[in-house]
Amino acid sequence: MTSTMDSRIVAVNGPLVTVETVKAQEVMMNEVAYVLCNDVFLKSEIIRIRGRLVDMQVFENTVGLKVGDRVDFTGSLLSASLGPGILGQIYDGLQNPLSKLENDQGYFLRRGQYISSLNEDRRWEFTPSVKPGDTVRAGYYLGSVPEGIFEHHILTPLALQGAWEVVDINQQGAYTVTDRIATLKNREGVEVPIKMAQQWPVKLPVRAYKERLLPDRQLLTQCRLIDIFFPLAEGGTACIPGPFGAGKTVLQQIVSRYAEADIVIIVACGERAGEVVETIRELPLLEDPRTGKSLMDRTVIICNTSSMPVAAREASIYTGVTLGEYYRQIGLKVLLLADSTSRWAQALRESSARLEEIPGEEAFPAYLESRIAALYERAGVVRLYDDSTGSLTLIGNVSPAGGNFEEPVTQNTLKVVSAFYGLSRTRSDRRRYPAIDPLISWSLYLKQMKESLCERHPEWVSWVEETQNLFIQGNEIHQMMLVVGEEGVGIDDFVTYLKSEMVDVVCLQQDSYDAVDRATGRDRQISDFTLLIRMVHHRFDFETKGEARQEMTHLQNLFFQMKYCLFQGVEYMKYRTEIESILRKE
Amino acid sequence: MIIEYSRITQIQGDIISVIASGVQYSELAVVKSHMKTSLAQVIRLRGDEVFLQVFAGTRGVATGDQVRFLGHPMQVPFGDALLGRIFNGSGYPIDGGPELKVLPRLEINGPSVNPVMRVIPRGFIETRVPMIDMFNPLVESQKLPIFAAAGEPYNELLARIGICADADIVILGGIGLKHDEYLKFRRAFEESGISSRTIMFVHTASDPVVERLLVPDLALAVAEQFGVKGKRVLVLLTDMTAFADAMKEIAISMDQVPSNLGYPGSLYSDLASRYEKAVDFEGAGSITILAVTTMPGDDVTHPVPDNTGYITEGQFYLKKGVIEPFGSLSRLKQLVIGKVTRQDHGHIMNSMIRLFAKGREVEQKLAMGFERTADDERYLRYGKLFYERFMDLKVNMGLDEALDLGWYTLAECFRPDEVGIKQELIDKHWPRA
Repeated sequence: MTSTMDSRIVAVNGPLVTVETVKAQEVMMNEVAYVLCNDVFLKSEIIRIRGRLVDMQVFENTVGLKVGDRVDFTGSLLSASLGPGILGQIYDGLQNPLSKLENDQGYFLRRGQYISSLNEDRRWEFTPSVKPGDTVRAGYYLGSVPEGIFEHHILTPLALQGAWEVVDINQQGAYTVTDRIATLKNREGVEVPIKMAQQWPVKLPVRAYKERLLPDRQLLTQCRLIDIFFPLAEGGTACIPGPFGAGKTVLQQIVSRYAEADIVIIVACGERAGEVVETIRELPLLEDPRTGKSLMDRTVIICNTSSMPVAAREASIYTGVTLGEYYRQIGLKVLLLADSTSRWAQALRESSARLEEIPGEEAFPAYLESRIAALYERAGVVRLYDDSTGSLTLIGNVSPAGGNFEEPVTQNTLKVVSAFYGLSRTRSDRRRYPAIDPLISWSLYLKQMKESLCERHPEWVSWVEETQNLFIQGNEIHQMMLVVGEEGVGIDDFVTYLKSEMVDVVCLQQDSYDAVDRATGRDRQISDFTLLIRMVHHRFDFETKGEARQEMTHLQNLFFQMKYCLFQGVEYMKYRTEIESILRKE
Repeated sequence: MIIEYSRITQIQGDIISVIASGVQYSELAVVKSHMKTSLAQVIRLRGDEVFLQVFAGTRGVATGDQVRFLGHPMQVPFGDALLGRIFNGSGYPIDGGPELKVLPRLEINGPSVNPVMRVIPRGFIETRVPMIDMFNPLVESQKLPIFAAAGEPYNELLARIGICADADIVILGGIGLKHDEYLKFRRAFEESGISSRTIMFVHTASDPVVERLLVPDLALAVAEQFGVKGKRVLVLLTDMTAFADAMKEIAISMDQVPSNLGYPGSLYSDLASRYEKAVDFEGAGSITILAVTTMPGDDVTHPVPDNTGYITEGQFYLKKGVIEPFGSLSRLKQLVIGKVTRQDHGHIMNSMIRLFAKGREVEQKLAMGFERTADDERYLRYGKLFYERFMDLKVNMGLDEALDLGWYTLAECFRPDEVGIKQELIDKHWPRA
């Protein structure tokens, strides 16, 4: 079975194996190779080449490997399969469909099982959009198939360079992703057959578009704290760092369900399997209010949970981003949620340590910063060749050690993102959810999207900034009261404090387990915030602090009850009328 | 094919290396010296050099000692005969009973469960501790650590939950356990009459450090098999910080670059691969893990509790003999609160905690010497009642009883419009004067 002509393992250290290649073997950085372990092939990736010694990370458990075991190189980079049929899938970090593995293997994930990422038997109804003689480039549309509610454009392979002429293209009809649907020819006369499925190396960004645009349209998440105070843009980047137990996961689940994106890609990277399970089991049962279809139809889940092999963890985020870029090429609004990028960085750290590289801060490799920057730079809104736009928005969760934001992953992430939602332990301990701290969070998009935000109301952005100032003032007064007592502050300051508390309770805090409150649409945000800002502007005339507290508690309770009522329902209108009558008084 | 080698080239810490060929990564070996015989496991291969960690430690191991490779990784016997038995960290019985040679053997550290084959946890495990049942209920298949400083009664709490909780099998993994504590667990299980459905894997503080590493794996491998066979298993691990410390020792002996306070960069993955064994199998049993993590210096940002907190589904803080309401969290509680438990559960829980937080603020304010308002009095009174009726670990009461007492306590101290609860629930549950 083995011969002296094979490359062989010379060392094993956890998931890192060192291979001595045969002389004639040409190897490539990040090339995929298979290690043969007792008749099972284990997928691995080259991460360092030194002479004939090649270091590879194995994407599976390496128990049982021996010095002298055979290694086969594939000559291709670690790639994702792109084509119709990705939506609704649950993949592992290497894009193996987990539900297929389930049928084949029962409860446990046996190693060395690789299944094609796209269903190769399913037929898709293809309609061509080019004709023989047309010239196309990488990313040009050749035709389309319906995938769920979307028109899934079939792209000219992204890896093709230069201009290509369509030699032939199939008639309208049903084809599988592996059927040949067209033939292209370049100037040198090289002909390539085209299928609906194509491969793209996950670690390289897809750049087949006209230009990148400045993100200036809002991506609605239906989380009030984000949408009103720290808005996110289509094609933007944001990070959510926070200590454990501060509510990152719940926030992410809410955003993944209610955000107004066409497609949501969830990358569960080194996190609990339980969280993925909730998503897997519940999404198919939830209806997408905009389409009436199941939410799962617009979702892709990539999971490398914390007990799955570490090496595949690094790949999982890249796989997710690549799928996101692909759907962006089709002209869709894609939202990618990566939970958590810290685990991804730790995977980098583990392999760096095994390579015995000189460590940087907290033993993270020196290239951590550039890797993080390169990852977030793959987000963006682009103008495609047909002048439509597509966007990929990236939200990364960060799990800083000890909840301390001064650590390398958080700091390097903050440098490259445009919105920062900092979760605070103080807020979560006080059950103020979502525990995003309005005093430390920021979003550069508030200014960048000023024009489109002011479509809500001409004064919108200044109202928001005014309210942000109210939080700062309220907090200062609160701190002062802790030192000098309630009696030490004037009644005006006291009312300012009560106002900021009220905005916190009735607007910032959102009950993710309440059927009404968990998601607030655009119209309701505008309507409710406009009413709330009237309260903020209102000059209350109280004689004593006791009176102030009592009246404000009453008003707050009205706002509070209102937020649990269906928008513009009878109950809602009842509370709203009562609030308005109070605010009309002088 | 069993080959013996008798040329140990290096001994450093509990790690030895021998020159050998054809050895598998993670394979087990027997090291025979004139003082003792010990198991060892391959942790690195480099050319013809094989590095092994020796479970019983390297004291007294000589360079000429024999090393015999067994051709398979670490295994543990499995079967119903394990019930009621006590084993050490290498899997040998220490209760004076017979060795279980005829039983089939399981490899430890098996592959992870396909997430698609898990179901959403939905079983509520009542513990009769109100701070758990009412504020942070334990859910079947959950993994929860108890964070405590040294000296807190964490092992008592663990034993109490082990005894009260409704599980088919209770497996205790003692890691670096004081011998007294081991005896206390043993007695508690015997006296409560549950020892026929318990299995104990015990590594005491005087046993060799490397054996610590195996305890969670042995306990969880056995739990997993029982789970697949339909049993609802509760695994109690104490103390996981001792486990992490053993890992640190090995990593340093292997010249690994430490990431934080000497712990290896893989600490998160190493802990996660154990905790992630907690599972609710579709169409079979479940594994629930309750583990103690002591916090060196009472510091939750220490790498062990910190990494644990990110892995587990919540945590209980045991402080000054009570479970702290702030910071303690059961992430899975929403799956049972108001679904398996009463509808008002979630609302009263949030309201009570919010008001208790306010009470703490008032206490701080008064401690600084400020004037006491009538409002303050009410918060102080509420805080006191809350402590006596709910926090005290002596309180032993079922969930429904605790919920009723909650409404009653709120009504004693506050008006309905102050508690921030939906009107329909106030109408239904607020005790009438």
